Amino acid sequence: MEKDLLLSVNNLKVYFHGEETISKAVDGISYEVAKGQIVSLVGESGCGKTVSALTLLGLVPCPPGKIEDGEILFRGKNLLNFSEQQMQKVRGREISMVFQEPMTSLNPVFTIGDQIQEVILNHENVGKEIALKRTITLLKDVGIPSPEERVNDYPHLLSGGQRQRVMIAMALACGPDLVIADEPTTALDVTVQAQILQLFRELQQKRNMAVLLITHNLGVVAEIVDRIYVMYAGIIVETGTVKEVFKDPFHPYTMGLLAAIPGSSKKGKPLYSIPGSVPDSAYKPEGCPFNPRCPYVQDECKIKFPEMVNFKAGHQARCPITYRLWENQELPKNRHFGFENVKRAGQA
Amino acid sequence: MISFIARNAVRKSITLFFVSVISFLIIYLAPGEPSQIDPLNPMFTKEVLERFRKEFHLDKPLHIQYLYFYRDLFTGKSVSWKDNRPVLGKIWERFLNSLPLFILGTLITWTLSFPVGIRAAISRGSFYDRSTTFLAYFLISIPGFFFAYILIILVVTQLHVPVIGMQTFGLSSANSWTLLMDRLWHLFLPSVLGAAGGVAILSRYVRNQMLEVESQDYVRTAKAKGLPSDQVHYKHALRNALLPFVTMFGLVLPGLIGGSVIIESIFSWPGMGRMAYEAILARDYPVILTVNFVSAILVLAGTFLSDLLYMVVDPRIRL
Repeated sequence: MEKDLLLSVNNLKVYFHGEETISKAVDGISYEVAKGQIVSLVGESGCGKTVSALTLLGLVPCPPGKIEDGEILFRGKNLLNFSEQQMQKVRGREISMVFQEPMTSLNPVFTIGDQIQEVILNHENVGKEIALKRTITLLKDVGIPSPEERVNDYPHLLSGGQRQRVMIAMALACGPDLVIADEPTTALDVTVQAQILQLFRELQQKRNMAVLLITHNLGVVAEIVDRIYVMYAGIIVETGTVKEVFKDPFHPYTMGLLAAIPGSSKKGKPLYSIPGSVPDSAYKPEGCPFNPRCPYVQDECKIKFPEMVNFKAGHQARCPITYRLWENQELPKNRHFGFENVKRAGQA
Repeated sequence: MISFIARNAVRKSITLFFVSVISFLIIYLAPGEPSQIDPLNPMFTKEVLERFRKEFHLDKPLHIQYLYFYRDLFTGKSVSWKDNRPVLGKIWERFLNSLPLFILGTLITWTLSFPVGIRAAISRGSFYDRSTTFLAYFLISIPGFFFAYILIILVVTQLHVPVIGMQTFGLSSANSWTLLMDRLWHLFLPSVLGAAGGVAILSRYVRNQMLEVESQDYVRTAKAKGLPSDQVHYKHALRNALLPFVTMFGLVLPGLIGGSVIIESIFSWPGMGRMAYEAILARDYPVILTVNFVSAILVLAGTFLSDLLYMVVDPRIRL
């Protein structure tokens, strides 16, 4: 873990100031990405994943957004102190981003070749011919057939999957160290999702770049990710390697998420869902934000904001209750299969 | 491409035919008749009236009148009932008078609206944005004739600039430089006034359009690429924001013949709008119908032109 830290986000807080309310979209998150690693931020819609990613590139509109606290260390330098000009040099060259909606993320009036070349021409001192050649190579790398002709196509002529491939080519154009992929497969159908993920993994290994994968799809995470950060209501509730977290979830929210994945062993039974809904980021419950939905809830959860607890080396969760249970070996095994076991254990 | 033009031409001529029928009918449905223009005039005896009606085919059935009229129009024999001059020649003369006013007004409107609107959108909520918003609503809500009189008073008393008509009376003996300057001075105020409302409205449209485009995903993509903000705004956003204005630009064309009745009347400008207005008062049917017909042609030509332009600027619309 300590090898070659590339990105380290510490206690980042991004608030949106409304007329009367303050929406705490990102409320003190910390995470790290090492060189060549795939790290994932997982959580439901509206938990602050995308905002935290946009903050890395300085793309959160301010106002109404405001970065209240924290630092973003990229290669040891705090990006939050960078000027707009300095950030422009980082964007697309050192950190680039693949967005969620390939259908609307490409500009409809320019050819895809133009849009990819633009990144190269903007960041590097090369001529148009070289940029075009590199664009064609990039399109080939991301699996676009006959790239020499496709380079002159407008986005509306491509399918969703192809457009996402173009977005990936654009993100890779200047060989960035970190690619932020914000739900890159959400808008695509399942077979294309798998192809795009495969492509991500191949390219990541070939180029040895780091990827920050933002998703709500745990299936995606299990496939390709090294390390996972589970987010809930603007905070990180659990982190660990994918294997550990999937096998041994310690935070009740993670348990719930895993229990909700459909699987062959649950065939025929109704799908599990966590009761209640995500709190409005302007009106979060006091104490632990998960307490109204948590089967393990105790009185202290409603008063005291929980600290991160070290369960194992590199595997932490923000829940003192389950920690106590775990220490006394009262935490049930197979808890990622559903809360039914949990409740029985709680009663016992 | 050629088939598109051909199809369009056929469709538009069908529309034009119906426009000609309907405008003809509307005018004949309106109460009154040209021969009754001045019933109290002792010169208009019954015989004269009959002669008049016969001469202008007013005694024929409606569809025959229609055919007569458009035959005369296309053969160029149509004459004004008021002064017996050929209608097309009369319109052409007035058209040349209106043209400089139209060109200058349109030029001011379109060259001013875009920078103002774009800047307001980019610096949304700033002092600049708020003051242009206020100014725009002020200009939209103030009645044109009222604003015109205020400006006339200001300009005449403070700057001693001539404003009425196209040129100063009795100046024809002056040298050509003075004549030119005199002409320009006369042109200045009416075109500024004509443009003021246009700038106010169009710059609002531009601002809204730009704001809408600025919030699109592809603008965020452009920012995420690390492009300088000028390229983000003026290349990626503006190019998309301009698309709807292609349609609007096609609709400017009819303004060529419509002119502005109010402004031309206030400034005694002998232009198209005023001629059409006077023709209506005089029940000068050939002039009214011809102006109507020509403006219908211009509307259709304008939409056709914007269709063609759209294919050039929007890659999603190709044949």
